Amino acid sequence: MARNQDVAPHVGKLSRSALFAKKGLYKRKFDGKPAAEAPAAAPKEKKIGGKANGSSRLIPAIRAPKFYPSEDVKAPKISRKANGGKTSTKLRSTITPGTVLILLAGRFRGKRVVFLNQLESGLLLVTGPFKVNGVPVRRVNQAYVIATSTKVDLAGVEVDAKFNDAYFTKAATSKRAGTEAAFFKDGEKEKKEFPADKAADQKSLDKQVIAAIKKTPNLDKYLGATFSLTNGQFPHLLKF
Amino acid sequence: MARLYAKGRVTGFKRGKRNQRVHTSLLQIEGVANQEEAQFYLGKRVAYVYTAQKAIGGSKVRIIWGKISRPHGNSGLVRSKFRQNLPAKAFGASVRVMLYPSTI
Repeated sequence: MARNQDVAPHVGKLSRSALFAKKGLYKRKFDGKPAAEAPAAAPKEKKIGGKANGSSRLIPAIRAPKFYPSEDVKAPKISRKANGGKTSTKLRSTITPGTVLILLAGRFRGKRVVFLNQLESGLLLVTGPFKVNGVPVRRVNQAYVIATSTKVDLAGVEVDAKFNDAYFTKAATSKRAGTEAAFFKDGEKEKKEFPADKAADQKSLDKQVIAAIKKTPNLDKYLGATFSLTNGQFPHLLKF
Repeated sequence: MARLYAKGRVTGFKRGKRNQRVHTSLLQIEGVANQEEAQFYLGKRVAYVYTAQKAIGGSKVRIIWGKISRPHGNSGLVRSKFRQNLPAKAFGASVRVMLYPSTI
């Protein structure tokens, strides 16, 4: 028996709490375990007479319904509130591990890089490789990338799980506690040395990727070359 | 530096015969001849780049950013909206149609 009414499609007359009370759900105990499925009744074998009718037939315990509604039953709307409201970023079908991508914006615009995998945040993990074109292992947004049809076979390459979103977030700089000495310095910026462990991570990852790249002739030169549009080239007509 | 944008020209404001709507500019993108081809560029960011006498933030180059919103007519023209409306002196001027946000 239906306990609620629809005021408009998908909009009920009773609120969530009112419905809870009306249904008496306070009486029920929810323990998170799915209800045990009743074992499906086995079909019965029935003997049938007559030579040409086959000797027996399997009759299902529950009969097929006599009535089917003429209109389809509406499926419930998919709620977007699951998982704290976060929806996973859909990866473009043209982007698969090993695809060569063209970066469209940012410091490395125009560079052709190898796609490794998609991170939790939805950003793409990408590497030059560094030796080939100077692009380090980096995160990049799908929208700022063109996927080419060129693919590198990354079958044997294992991307270390340490390359996650936390690896790339900037270290929180200490709050300036009014250090006057530092304020009045020469104005020379102290050049921070690139952390040695990150450089080592880059090398070990690129070693595998470069090995895969070397299998195809000229692919390393292709990755080293920068993409550019020339006169007479129109993006909507180009086949990437 | 490599060119990573399509070239376009500002042809005017969206208008009827006697009234113009300055919030929407019309762009002609090079190589685009019909509405089908223009579909590729919908949603793409556009930059109107110009120079001025006074340097701001160390540069005399200034940019008005915008987006291509929809096609305009049958011949490949395109409507766009900018963060600040384009000045009328931009008619006939070049505009850079970036390739992002990319969908390919």
